Amino acid sequence: MTNGQTKEAWSSRMGVILAVAGSAVGLGNFLRFPGLAAKYGSGAFMIAYFVSLLLIGIPVCWAEWTLGRYAGQKGFRSSPGIFYALIRHPVGKYIGVLGVIIPVIIYMYYVYIEAWVAGYAWYFFFTDKLNLGSDVAAYADFWKRFIGFNSDGFLLGPGQGQVIYFFIPVFIINFIIIYRGLSAGIEAFCKYAMPALVVLAIIVLIRVLTLGTPDPAKPDQNVLNGLGYMWNPSKAEASMLDQLLKPELWLAAAGQIFFSLSVGFGVIITYASYLKEKDDVVLSGLTATSANEFCEVALGGMISVPAAFIFLGAAGVVGQGTFGLGFNVLPLVFSKMPLGWFFGGAFFFLLFLAAITSSLSMLQPGIAFLEEGLGLTRKQSVAWLGLVTAIGCLFVLYFSKDMKALDTMDFWIGTVCLFLMATVIIIYFGWVLGVERGWQEAHKGAEIRIPDFFKFIMKWVSPTFLIVVFILFVLHDIVGWDFKSTKLQPTGYVTDLIGEKASGVARLTMALVVIVIGFFALLTKTAVGRWDRAATEGKTPTGDKS
Amino acid sequence: MTTGGWITMILSVGFVTTLFAWCVWKVLCGTEPVDKLHSLDSIDTKDTEKDS
Repeated sequence: MTNGQTKEAWSSRMGVILAVAGSAVGLGNFLRFPGLAAKYGSGAFMIAYFVSLLLIGIPVCWAEWTLGRYAGQKGFRSSPGIFYALIRHPVGKYIGVLGVIIPVIIYMYYVYIEAWVAGYAWYFFFTDKLNLGSDVAAYADFWKRFIGFNSDGFLLGPGQGQVIYFFIPVFIINFIIIYRGLSAGIEAFCKYAMPALVVLAIIVLIRVLTLGTPDPAKPDQNVLNGLGYMWNPSKAEASMLDQLLKPELWLAAAGQIFFSLSVGFGVIITYASYLKEKDDVVLSGLTATSANEFCEVALGGMISVPAAFIFLGAAGVVGQGTFGLGFNVLPLVFSKMPLGWFFGGAFFFLLFLAAITSSLSMLQPGIAFLEEGLGLTRKQSVAWLGLVTAIGCLFVLYFSKDMKALDTMDFWIGTVCLFLMATVIIIYFGWVLGVERGWQEAHKGAEIRIPDFFKFIMKWVSPTFLIVVFILFVLHDIVGWDFKSTKLQPTGYVTDLIGEKASGVARLTMALVVIVIGFFALLTKTAVGRWDRAATEGKTPTGDKS
Repeated sequence: MTTGGWITMILSVGFVTTLFAWCVWKVLCGTEPVDKLHSLDSIDTKDTEKDS
């Protein structure tokens, strides 16, 4: 090989790495993860997080890539189609509906948060609205007014919460890109934008680590204690073991792994179905996972939580909620930096780009299903999906008080359903397809070999882990069973839906979720009729001659 | 920051950094053709050209 060819090969390989990193990074890394780490507040969460990564995150990721490519060879490109092909049982196709409704419903609130990020980038670059001094309460107040946290319908009133002015263009941009097939252009742009985001995050990290003790009157609120809050396995109020015995800690850790890696979303299985038989899935999946984890743990976790502790103390960190750290504390950190407006603006702008690549990929499972199941063209599918998601987005936007609609969807779909989908995938890989067969499939064209001990993990450990944590979670967090007193005390997510304290908004949100599920289940029934007819006529699922 | 905290932090950050560096190295020094490796949204869904 000549020098020129070697250079070209290296440059295209570097391009692959940048593309993988660009598609892996999203809002989960810099906003959701620090919020959860702060909520569960310690190294114990990180232990649960890494156990979840090794025992379910990476194995389910490999299984999902493999099953997607495997079903793609049978001609199916959508989650219901893939499960129709994989599970020759009437229930199979309806399990596949999960792989459509999860990304569609998550999209309904993801794009709303994307609009917050776009708004913050705009405010940093072009206004001084985020120049609010050193009081974090001022930033929190601004954020709540911006997103309409204080009352329902707030965002649609005249002169009220401004997020609507960002939401509309962001929603339209998403659909224009996907409608006109411009995703490749965005992806090419992100190849360079994402490394820039990483460099910026490193600069912000250095600033956080050099904050010292900003308020001499509060000497305990310093960098070392901030890092300790994030990483110490034991807390004054609970030992590491006590914390690790809480099922909700494990569910939150596993849920974050799924959310962040897009595992169990239906996105990976859909995209992988377009791969050729000898395309690599093992190294591709692991590189995406590792890029994501590097951004999440080494950057996302090291910035927001210690910074929040330094400015707010332990009690203040806990009260920030999932997104408070990103939107209340980070702007405060930027205000303490030279050229803070530039770094703040650039950080939120690049995060917005990262979010766009993620939200675009959430639309593909729905589009693929409408094309394959109903025989629509891509543009028709985009138009229908645009209508469905617009209704859902407006719902989330209208019912903004306490983020109740968003929170309800995130819990039942963004956590519970992800768990279910991941469990189905790993059980299919390990038991229905069989771990030996799955192993052979995964290694077709693979650049690296998966260590053999993962066979045992994927067959026994991952399904057991998922099922046990899920059962404990249902008992403890949904039914509300107190393991010590054996009393039943249902948690907020259940009492929001049933009983005297039920929330009208939570019920409406659940009704919307059920309608969306029913809608896609009905479409699946129609699609199966088409697929059955196509099979008897010797055609492909899209109706072309096979 | 306790000793346990330092250990947890160094192991966690060290693990994700090493894993990412190892994957980068494997991609750069790979033997298979580079077009066999994919990021999710670089995969061609082959349906955009049908409409045009």
